[in-house]
Parts: sequence; structure tokens; C-alpha cells
Amino acid sequence: MTDALEEVFRREAGRCTATLIRVLGDIDLAEDAVAEAFATAAERWPKTGIPPNPGGWITTTARNRAIDRLRRESTRSDRHLEAHRLHTDSMDPDHDPELDRLDDFVDVVPDDQLRLMFLCAHPALAADAQVALILRLLASLETKEIAKAFLVPEATMAQRIVRAKRKLHDNHASYRIPRAAELPDRLHAVLTAIYLIYTEGHTATSGQSLTRTGLSTEAVRLGRTLIELMPDEPEAIGLVALMLLTESRRPARSSNCGTMVRLADQDRSRWDPALITEGHELVRACLRRNQPGPFQIQAAIAAVHAAAPTAEATDWSQIIALYDQLYALRPHPVVALNRSVAIAELHGPAEGLAALAEIDTATLDKYQPYHAARADLLALAGRRDEALGAYDRAIELTTNAVERDFLVRQQAAL
Amino acid sequence: MPQYLISVWHDETFEVDFSTPDAQRRVAQVDAFNSELQQAGAWVFAAGLHPASSATVVRSSGGDVSMTDGPYAETKEQMGGFWVIDATDLDAALEWAGKAAAACEGPVEVRPAQG
Repeated sequence: MTDALEEVFRREAGRCTATLIRVLGDIDLAEDAVAEAFATAAERWPKTGIPPNPGGWITTTARNRAIDRLRRESTRSDRHLEAHRLHTDSMDPDHDPELDRLDDFVDVVPDDQLRLMFLCAHPALAADAQVALILRLLASLETKEIAKAFLVPEATMAQRIVRAKRKLHDNHASYRIPRAAELPDRLHAVLTAIYLIYTEGHTATSGQSLTRTGLSTEAVRLGRTLIELMPDEPEAIGLVALMLLTESRRPARSSNCGTMVRLADQDRSRWDPALITEGHELVRACLRRNQPGPFQIQAAIAAVHAAAPTAEATDWSQIIALYDQLYALRPHPVVALNRSVAIAELHGPAEGLAALAEIDTATLDKYQPYHAARADLLALAGRRDEALGAYDRAIELTTNAVERDFLVRQQAAL
Repeated sequence: MPQYLISVWHDETFEVDFSTPDAQRRVAQVDAFNSELQQAGAWVFAAGLHPASSATVVRSSGGDVSMTDGPYAETKEQMGGFWVIDATDLDAALEWAGKAAAACEGPVEVRPAQG
């Protein structure tokens, strides 16, 4: 029963919270109410069995509990509700804070989850706050778990979440899906936040272990939810494809003793074929729509890597063409950096270093992968002294212990 | 309806010479933005300010009032002007702010009013 309840929680808690925020107009009230409803379920369901529509049961119970509580705590509960209400598009009977229809069944509206995604990833919030809110409200992780995943003290994470919620509240942020004109930018913010969760799980920015699988799993789950909710957005499909194809390489990314293995040196028989197949299908599905975007192009690059039976067989000219396309959309130095590495693979380290030299490195000077890539290319080109210096800089900038070990070994091998 | 402060920020050394074509272009842009705010019923109040060096800080403690010359915060960036607008929600306020930033060709800060 505990497992079954846990499964319902994982599947439904975010959706219920999303709906309750709309119904109650208040994030904190919604969170408390959902937690209370799950506590009630934990007591009751072992005796009664899981109801046929557990999400609806939780949502309705949570709403009734919240309204009971408002009535207990205030004789003017409707005014309290009104004062705390987030603005919603008036499209639902629940918009009216009518307290006499307690027996009405509250439907879980899929759009509520989308509203919550856009609210959490609001561009007025800093990236770390967006990520924290998404994990708290949509993935229903405990603040303690989120703090652990990001290696910050629980109090710091709690404060980050409280501040973000308060900013949205004080600023009268609306609970709505952006209009068509705003949608591309706002959707990109949601996708970027989910991808940030994924990459944090993929290469932990600090600590002893190379990956924190839990975060990556949550990011993939959020991405899959998003494409269910927005099946016509090729960028959302591209994001999921990118995550799955990157994920497929996870088993080969670290050796048995926990050291990091680079893409070129990975044992490709350890890549997950099911994830690669699904990733390829998604890449094809989104490219068919012919509305290329940055996540789709990155997914296509990952797909080219995944299609190569050996590192030598990689179609580097295809990868360079994709990086050119990506750079045209997002002229960012990191894209130019990755393109230079691909050029080095196709035309040799000298050409790669020439491409690197063209990049405006002001923004890359504190970017560890830039120095690591440059060090590799300098080493390959036989420029040993410069390579040693570049490794020094890369090691200095590395906060992940496994990556540092790797770079130290590379440098020592010179 | 919620109200928001949109403030304009620039270096304290910033001094507008209204005779330059750049300044005149910005003045025209801000005038057009003001008209748009008024036509949309979003206008509450707005003002451009004299340089921060014209400011006086006034303190009151135990019935005694004291004054010091200069702005409250001796920072490099100072507020050069502001709007107070009515907006239905944050997104509407941010949309106005985007137009304000374009009109005055510089960064603006959006802050909700209490109440």
C-alpha cells in the first residue's frame, strides 16, 4: 500500500497542486491542502482501497480541507480568499469563491499544470529560483531533497522558494497560459529551466559524484508531461529527445571505479538502445514540423553521435553543419566552442584551434569546458607548455571532484 | 487594479543636453509612450527628475529634523525618472516596462506597489 500511495503521490501531487492553486488562488494554501489530503489518504486508503480517480479524490479533499480551514481561521474566509487570489482567466466556475458547493467534485484540469509551469519559470524570477519552484511545486520534492540535490543548506533553499513565491504574489503574477505572441519566449524559459534541472543531474556542478540521477529523472518526467500538454510544440519534443539521447550514454559516462569517460572513449555497447531509439523517433517527429529551434538542433546533434557505431565513424561534417545552424539562432560563445571541437575532429587540432581563436573569449574565461577543450587541442597539436597552462586553468575552475581527477590525469599524461 | 513603479536608471554623471538629436529622439519617444499609457488608461503619474546632486536627505529623530546634501544612496547608478502605472498583472506591467525601456533607451526597474 505504501508503494501504491507513493506512486499516486509521484503521479498526482504536482497536478493536484496545480489545480488547487487555481481553485484557491494561493500557492501556500494549495501546498498545505494537498499535503493534508495525502495524509488523509494514507490513513483511509489502506482500509477503503485506492479510489478509481485518486487525483480527483485528492484534489476535492484538499479543496474541502482548505476551505474548512479558512472558515475555522477566519470568519471572513471569502474575503481572505479574495485577498490571496492569484488572477486567473475567468474560465472556470471555481473562479468564483463560492463556498457552498463543497460537495462538487473538483476536476483536475491538465491546463493547470501548464499554468504552473509558466508561473514557476516566469522570466522575472532568477534561474535558480525557477528551478527550485518547479521541483517543489510540479515535481513535489521536499525542500530538503531539493537542497540536497543542489548541495545548499536546507535553510538557503527554503528561503529561495519563499522569496520566489512572495515575489510572484507581491507582483500580482497571473495564473495563465501566455498568449500566442508571448508563447515562444515563455515556452523557451520553461524548457531552459527543465534542461537546467537535467544538466544539474547529469554533471553535478560540485561534489564527489558525477551525476545526481534523481534530478535527471525528474527533468525527463517534467519534459514528458510537457509534451503531453503541448503536443504541437516541436521545441518541447526536441528537449525531451535531447535529454533521452544524453541519458542513453549515462551507463558509459563513468568507469567501474567512478572515473569520468569522455564521449570519444566510451564503450558504446553500454549505451541504452531503448533510449536511443525513442530519442531518434522524437528527433524525426520534431524535425518533420520544419520549425527548427535550439533544443531540436541540439537533439539532432546528440542523435548524430548516437547513430555512430564508433567515435571514428561520427559524421562530423553533419555535426558542424548543425552547430552552424544553432549558432545562427543562438550566437553564443559556447556554441562556437563546441563547433570548434567538431572542426578539430574533422580537420585536425590546428584548424580547431584557429576556430577557437575567432571566438570572443571574454565570456568564456571562467568557463571550465573552454579551457579543458583548448588544453586537449593544444596537447594534440604538440604545444605542450601552452597545454599545461590551459589544464591548470581548467582544473582551477572545476568544482566536481570526478572531473578534476580526469583533468589531472590528462595533464599528467603530457 | 495593481499599481507598479517603473523607474529609469542611469549613471549619476548622466546629464541630458536636450539640444542633441539623441536626446530629442528620446524625448519624442517618451512623449509617445506617455500618450499610449494615457490612451490605455494605464497612466497614474510620471516625472523626469533633476540630477541626483540636486537631492537633499531629511531625517527626523526625537523631534529633531536634520538635513544632508546629496542623494540617500551614494551609488554610481541613480534614478532619473519614473512612472506609476495601473496594470492588471505582472505581465501587463512588464509589457509596459519593455516599451518604457525602448522609449528612454535604457534599463528600467519594475516594482509593485503595496495594497
